[in-house]
Amino acid sequence: MTNMIGKPVKRVEDKRFISGKGRYTDDIVLPGMLHAHIIRSHYAHAKILGIDTDQAEKMEGVVAIFTGKDIAEAGINGVPCGWQVDFKNGETMKEPPHPLLVAAKARYMGDAVAVVIAESKALAKDAAEMVMVDYEPLDAIVDAAMAVEDGAPLVHEDIPGNMAFDWELGDREKTNQTMAKAHHTTTLEFVNQRLIPNAIEPRCAIGDYDSTNDKYTLYTSSQNPHLIRLLMCAFVLGIPEHKVRVVSPDVGGGFGSKIFHYTEEALMTWCSKQLGKPIKWTAERSESFMTDCHGRDHVTKAQMGFDENGKIIGLRVKTFANLGAYLSTFAPCVPTYLHGTLLQGLYTTTAIHVDVTGVFTHTTPVDAYRGAGRPEATYLLERLIDKAALEMKVDPAALRFKNFIPPFDGINEPGFQTEVALQYDSGNYAPVLKRAMEMVDYEALREEQASGRNNGKLIGIGISTYIEACGIAPSAVVGSLGARAGLYESAQVRVQPTGKVSVYVGSHAHGQGHETTFAQIVADKFGIAMEDVEIVHGDSESVAFGMGTYGSRSLAVGGSAIMKGIEKVLEKGAKIAAHKLEASENDLEFAEGKWTVKGTDKSISFGDVALTAYVPHNYPEGLEPGMDFASFYDPANFTYPFGAHIAVVEVDKETGKVDLKRFIACDDVGNVINPMIVDGQIHGGVAQGIGQALFEGAIYDESGQLVNGSYMDYTMPRADDLPLFETDRTVTPCPHNPLGVKGAGEAGTIGSAPAVVNAVMDALAPFGIKDLEMPLTPEKVWNAIHNNQ
Amino acid sequence: MIPNKFDYQKATTVEEAIEYLVEYGDEAKLLAGGHSLLPAMKLRLNNPVKLVDINRIPGLKYIREENAMLCLGAATTHYDIESSELVKSKIPMLCQVAASIGDLQVRNMGTIGGSLAHADPAADWPAGMLATEAIIVIQGPEGTKNVPAKDFFMGLYTTALAENEIITEIRIPIPEGNIGTAYAKCVQPASRFALVGCATIISKNNGLCDRVKLAFTGVSVNAFCDEAVEHALTGHAPDVDNITIAAEKAAINVDVLSDHFASENYRRHLAKVYAKKALMEAANNL
Amino acid sequence: MVSPIHLKVNGQPRSDEVEPRLLLVYYLREVLNLTGTHVGCDTSSCGACVVLVDGKAVKSCTMLAVQADGSEITTIEGLANGSELHPIQEGFKEQHGLQCGFCTPGMIMTALQLLERNPDPNEAEIREALDGNYCRCTGYHNVVKAIQYAAKKMKKEVFHD
Repeated sequence: MTNMIGKPVKRVEDKRFISGKGRYTDDIVLPGMLHAHIIRSHYAHAKILGIDTDQAEKMEGVVAIFTGKDIAEAGINGVPCGWQVDFKNGETMKEPPHPLLVAAKARYMGDAVAVVIAESKALAKDAAEMVMVDYEPLDAIVDAAMAVEDGAPLVHEDIPGNMAFDWELGDREKTNQTMAKAHHTTTLEFVNQRLIPNAIEPRCAIGDYDSTNDKYTLYTSSQNPHLIRLLMCAFVLGIPEHKVRVVSPDVGGGFGSKIFHYTEEALMTWCSKQLGKPIKWTAERSESFMTDCHGRDHVTKAQMGFDENGKIIGLRVKTFANLGAYLSTFAPCVPTYLHGTLLQGLYTTTAIHVDVTGVFTHTTPVDAYRGAGRPEATYLLERLIDKAALEMKVDPAALRFKNFIPPFDGINEPGFQTEVALQYDSGNYAPVLKRAMEMVDYEALREEQASGRNNGKLIGIGISTYIEACGIAPSAVVGSLGARAGLYESAQVRVQPTGKVSVYVGSHAHGQGHETTFAQIVADKFGIAMEDVEIVHGDSESVAFGMGTYGSRSLAVGGSAIMKGIEKVLEKGAKIAAHKLEASENDLEFAEGKWTVKGTDKSISFGDVALTAYVPHNYPEGLEPGMDFASFYDPANFTYPFGAHIAVVEVDKETGKVDLKRFIACDDVGNVINPMIVDGQIHGGVAQGIGQALFEGAIYDESGQLVNGSYMDYTMPRADDLPLFETDRTVTPCPHNPLGVKGAGEAGTIGSAPAVVNAVMDALAPFGIKDLEMPLTPEKVWNAIHNNQ
Repeated sequence: MIPNKFDYQKATTVEEAIEYLVEYGDEAKLLAGGHSLLPAMKLRLNNPVKLVDINRIPGLKYIREENAMLCLGAATTHYDIESSELVKSKIPMLCQVAASIGDLQVRNMGTIGGSLAHADPAADWPAGMLATEAIIVIQGPEGTKNVPAKDFFMGLYTTALAENEIITEIRIPIPEGNIGTAYAKCVQPASRFALVGCATIISKNNGLCDRVKLAFTGVSVNAFCDEAVEHALTGHAPDVDNITIAAEKAAINVDVLSDHFASENYRRHLAKVYAKKALMEAANNL
Repeated sequence: MVSPIHLKVNGQPRSDEVEPRLLLVYYLREVLNLTGTHVGCDTSSCGACVVLVDGKAVKSCTMLAVQADGSEITTIEGLANGSELHPIQEGFKEQHGLQCGFCTPGMIMTALQLLERNPDPNEAEIREALDGNYCRCTGYHNVVKAIQYAAKKMKKEVFHD
């Protein structure tokens, strides 16, 4: 069917999910399957003096117990890091081993010490309680800025100052000179707090070794099965890739936390070989809290300099990024290339310098979480500009308009070269903010706010504008920046003999609706029905290769790979059609699912051409039979969605509780294939940003205990914490990919947190309060009011 | 989240349940709605050897009026109470208490008796029980006794209920005259327990409060009646000024809990705020 | 020790012998292979495991299988009438009320209870009824819309009947 692009097509994947027929990893049961329970350190930092497994080994149903010693003796490497960021002085990044089970020392609460494998989950858990681990607790360090100080406990004995790397971007000299000339300087010191991703499906891994064929299968709740296979085979277990199949079936949410190669994946695979049986491990939620990689956790000082006309002239940023106890797969890239490079924002700032120190602490590893680095950058910029507006007594919207980069489409006008390495693809920033202000009726709201203040009502209006870099990423660029993998995507478009189409994509869907969006593209381009298209993903056996789904890349990069396949099909199809129609290729046009000789009614359908390709009795000479094309697409640049969010809050003076009254999001994610799905992505992203602004945040005590590692203590946004969201969009197509799309997965999260915080600060402005740290819990807000009354 | 092994026994009468309790002592636990006990068992914080299921004992689920008392069977669920027209017509605050507990699914299963026996310092029912001067009917091997709510809650997870006893009924005197009731709760946002829960009943005679009961949960290690607030409002008109003055006396002479949701100072402040909210609402309901 | 249980699940009578500590959710998932009911937490918070037990929405992670002896249980798998979706299922599809789908069965079963008790809920009532169900994907926006859609549709159906 043509004209499928841009339509709010209902999702084809929903049928199974609403019927209870989704198939998540934990739903898989294999014959003879055993169950694993992992014993984890309850200390953040402790020497392991000994492990006594005698009693546990004798218990009912126990098949085996492995400890860190077994793993070390088997010569198994730890899980690797996929991105290298070196020290400014050229020294190589510190990359301590991250063993599957630790033998000598636990370095965060949750570090895996031993695994019990038994005939049932219950028996494994029973036996685990009888494994006696003798710990010698040691002092721990949890705060990134404090971890670099002299005398701080070391996470890894051979890494001085707990520093993994230090890094800078931008022109330090120029920035210092510019800042020295600033007419007004606004300073912000803050913690962008640590978040716990909390995908509702806990992680799960099943290792299944088939000794007959010497073949391994790993089922894992992952966002990128192929990358897991590559990392596990090449760097951890040293097994040949063709002997390993990795399957990620339906995955119950990821938000970044399921990108990474986790120790449990390799552990289950290795244990399965030792025992010759499939073994399943499913995280309990308390394990998820401790071991799913966390997000954010930056300690930052930032300064923004303005000239006498209110133009931003300089930005200086120093950040300590908490990496946790080990380097997770993409950890070094998040606070550097996904954070520092975004500090231009939407503004014409002429001098920027950012300095980031990556720091080990006795905490859960930190890596990408929805937005990954870009929310931190946006928060920094948007809090600074709002605080500056307050200090300079100008309207925060007006200050933004004054500083926006002028429009450029990336075709007639070149992309915008930032001070921090990136070249934006296309942008037109003022309209999103104008539209958002129109939607909220900004002027009227300001009046309402003023009259409310006279009646003791604390209404706040908060604006945030953002730009992000997604469609991750051009391989050569990221390679030069330390990535140890390319970031292209693959797709195979297989036209079946009857004209039905199967598309094998390296992108992995875990809520994004690829089975619908991708099918829309294929149906539209081939002029066939949606039902005649199947999207296959998540299995390394059927999909040639893939880099997975994160960084809002699936449509911009994976969709473009599909487009390449589509072009190849149409090109070959035209040759076959020309032959069958006895016409020249140049005289054909393809529309409505058929090739027609221009100006005639002679035509041949897509299905007939497909059949001819597979039954090539009457066929162009020299042309290969078949209709099956694998394509790889490596993007020319990142894509740069942008938008404006506005939050309206009312603060209860008596309790400090923030009531989020309205939330407006006007985003520009380039062209839109399925507006329903894009809106859904924005909603979910916005909710997570609101979660950071008002509710969420991991709390460690001084000894490294995760204080709020359960749903009884960690506040997740609930339905009645949130309003209906008001969304709209503008469209500035991406000039460098065939669909003109930019990506929508992270936009909501990136824009929303600062909008909410700015709104609360706006509400509290009459008290002279300029600054509070997220999450803006009632107590924090009440304290601020109370202390400033 | 799998409990330790235990033996399971369905009791068919209260007497049978008590026999198990006598036989197994502290190794036995009663299972009512299970919404306090099972979560603890799943985390292996509570590991009974013998689990006695009292849910199927006939005659423990009822709501009726008897001798000017509202009588609630111990196995009556929060939802049953929340949706009871009888309770609503007699002491509407109890419906508010029930409706504020946890979430819809928890209220479907959790029972008032189970909640009282567990005595979580942040549970909602204890405040409601104290403010209404409820009587907890307890049956043990020696027979039945009536324990007033004020003597029932003794400390953190500690009550007057002995190891071998079972709560069978809650009797709540139906207040007479011109009364107003309310429950005001500041929700702990993660668990939905009470950071501060304030239950109150006031009665007005000749324009003045002749009786004020006000109890807190979540504020201290156990729920308590705040006599300072009660005294401050008794004998005064329930208007905003008097209520404000009375509410200011809240939680003054108690040890106040502190956690990452509310420090001692903030919780004490919340107690005042929610005392005022509850009293104002009760006054409006007069 | 095992205990016998006799119950009906989605209309089908079942008799099994189970360990008393077996939670209802694991009985459904692992004994009956009804894997549409999910486990998302260990604190009775997330609601991914909600089923109906004798018509009441219950977190099946906080109930023992032995407690369900004699009960009638409805899981997400038992909701549709053959190939005809229940209006709530339809609402979730029509209004894009799900993304990853993991919380969805619990959301739908909870919505079923809500609409049974309150056929015409307002937005606030819908949100309040979802206090025991976490969703990390949708921001709840379209979940609310889905339930509103279903409420409308169910009222119409009653009217037609």
